[in-house]
Amino acid sequence: MTATSLPTQSRDAVVPAPAPRPRGIRVRSRSEWKGLAFVVPFLVVFLLVFIAPVAYSVYLSLFREQLIGGNAFVGFDNYVELFGDAQFWEGFVRVTLFLVVQVPVMLALALIAALAIDSARLHASGFFRIVIFLPYAVPAVVAVLMWGFIYGDDFGLASNINDLLGAEVVTPFVPDWILASIGNIVTWEFVGYNMLIFYSALRTIPTDLYEAAELDGAGPMRVVRAIKLPALRGAIVIATIFSIIGSFQLFNEPNILRTLAPNVITTYFTPNMYAYNLSFAGQQYNASATVAIVMGVITAVIAYVVQLRGARKEER
Amino acid sequence: MTIARTALRRTLAVAATAALAVGALAACATDSGSSAGTGTDLDAALEAGGKLTYWSWTPSAEAQVAAFEKAYPKVDVELVNAGTNTEEYTKLQNAIKAGSGAPDVVQIEYYAMPQFALSDALVDLGEYGLDSLEDDYAASTWGSVNIDGKLVGLPQDSGPMAMFYNKAVFDQFGIAVPTTWDEYIAAAKQLHAADPTKYITSDTGDAGFATSMIWQAGGRPFGIDGTDISVNLADEGTQKWTGVWNQLVEGDLLATTPGWSDEWFKGLADGSIATLPIGAWMPGVLESSVADASGDWRVAPMPTYDGTPVTSENGGGGQSVTKQSKNPALAAAFLRWLNNDPASIEVFLESGGFPSTTADLEDPDFKAFESEYFGGQKINEVLTQASKDVAPGWSYLPYQVFANSIFGDTVGQSYINKADLNEGLADWQSQLVEYGNKQGFSVSE
Repeated sequence: MTATSLPTQSRDAVVPAPAPRPRGIRVRSRSEWKGLAFVVPFLVVFLLVFIAPVAYSVYLSLFREQLIGGNAFVGFDNYVELFGDAQFWEGFVRVTLFLVVQVPVMLALALIAALAIDSARLHASGFFRIVIFLPYAVPAVVAVLMWGFIYGDDFGLASNINDLLGAEVVTPFVPDWILASIGNIVTWEFVGYNMLIFYSALRTIPTDLYEAAELDGAGPMRVVRAIKLPALRGAIVIATIFSIIGSFQLFNEPNILRTLAPNVITTYFTPNMYAYNLSFAGQQYNASATVAIVMGVITAVIAYVVQLRGARKEER
Repeated sequence: MTIARTALRRTLAVAATAALAVGALAACATDSGSSAGTGTDLDAALEAGGKLTYWSWTPSAEAQVAAFEKAYPKVDVELVNAGTNTEEYTKLQNAIKAGSGAPDVVQIEYYAMPQFALSDALVDLGEYGLDSLEDDYAASTWGSVNIDGKLVGLPQDSGPMAMFYNKAVFDQFGIAVPTTWDEYIAAAKQLHAADPTKYITSDTGDAGFATSMIWQAGGRPFGIDGTDISVNLADEGTQKWTGVWNQLVEGDLLATTPGWSDEWFKGLADGSIATLPIGAWMPGVLESSVADASGDWRVAPMPTYDGTPVTSENGGGGQSVTKQSKNPALAAAFLRWLNNDPASIEVFLESGGFPSTTADLEDPDFKAFESEYFGGQKINEVLTQASKDVAPGWSYLPYQVFANSIFGDTVGQSYINKADLNEGLADWQSQLVEYGNKQGFSVSE
């Protein structure tokens, strides 16, 4: 503040005496520009890869391009049409059902695994941690193909079991079971990932809490209920939000299984598959963009509500 | 709803004017083009040389390109496998929409050609005088590359349908080879009753197969007149086909192995899939992918409805020059060599392809060829006869690629429920009508 700022002050003194307040602003704005230099690279990338595609999708969703007749501005027609589109809602209801059933099952399994590994009563807990996490490291395409071969009722493990039992008992590819079959794959893939989130949250609990609990005579179940679960609340909210987003974006698993179970999985099985097929099979890029925007908004709203509820619980 | 409808009508009005404008532009382009190109121009282009990109997934493409570059060293052809059928079409469609990135020459199957012709993405080869080659090709394939009076491609292979059957299985169970569809159904029942692991054929619902079967039965569900389209998947011919095929679908007499899966090839090898009504390009596939069953398979004409020999095309395609090509004359010259020069067609035949060129179809050596895989049968006698028996007058929709993509959503549901195909076809029809109208066509049922 002394040596370097002196010349500035003396220069300022030559020109008509400035009031202290504007000078304050000028100094702050200079530091803001400096800050901006640090932010600009990020902002450019952010605008380019995030804002621009979203803006372009919104723009696309307001037009309709036809094979005959070219492009025309249609306002919110695409949205009106989408809200009355039975195929879109069928897919939406399907992923919602998936979300309601699969996510609690997966998170409960992940929670049990994390608590077991953290309990210090498990032999070779490092081994279990790795083994449970390993499926997450398998590329989704490979995982789905592998499960597809297990499921195959003409050739896979399912057919071997059926041969053994002499009846068609295990049929993962019939319409009634296909969603459960996909849920099983997704659970297998992501239990380890969620387990790791929970486990790392458990590791941050100070050990003196456990010591105090032990002195108070609390048993292991009591420790779980009174210390571990409350400490996990934030991690559970995060894992739930990730899972909600993942469920609404369900695409890889059904899309790959489609080749093994044709007809059972339709082109509009999930909203993302619908969007994909609208643009790449039907050249309805505008309708596809509309699906993407609507699903993005719905996902954001639901994730936000979950986060609000989670935060409120934490305050209590 | 009313707002949406009026807006749609307004869009249609705009669409109509725009269509007129496009038509006028296209007319200008044709005029300037026709003065530019002739056969000698193509020779000059080959002399001058240059670079071309060619998209294809055919097994013969690599050897053909090598032979071409040897004959015309000044031309450099870059061969790209951009994926098989729909994968390639998606990439091509995206390149057309983007306005750049399309190859100079591209492989397109017959069923997809109307779609790309409609997008105004393909060069009219008549501008380069290639329409004079008409007599060199089987009538059915020439018809497939002529769309709205424009020659949008040159035929490469053809796929007149025939019935491939596993003779070993038929002999084992003492079943006569069917010549009519009634006999085919009887054989299906007899075979499955004798050995429940065996099926007359495998079909999980395939749009290409279904349309070819409807074609053979005399159905003409798609009518195209400019932008006026009619879709009628309940016409007499279509119902003739469903009358037969329903018995197999509802009677649980079809193997449910998806076509082209490993399991399907296994079924063709071990006799659990006993026949294949399919295009004449199949022998090459059987030889390379079902080598274990060498000697078991034979080919017979398609079963008929009333004893009159008639068949249809199943698969097959040609190559086109795109409007994005920077050197369309050279691209057309390459295409002329690819699908008309004997040196190129020889490479194509060696790879197991079935030709569309009349000279080869009528070549006595070609007909007399005894296939070892088929137990010494002169298979080309059956197959070349089939190419003459193809029923005329068929057309695909100008959005057939999309139509086929939703076949599983609609007709496929009849297959999994083992229910009446006509219901699935009615659903397909209503979705095709809706899509067509949305895309600015005027579609009637």
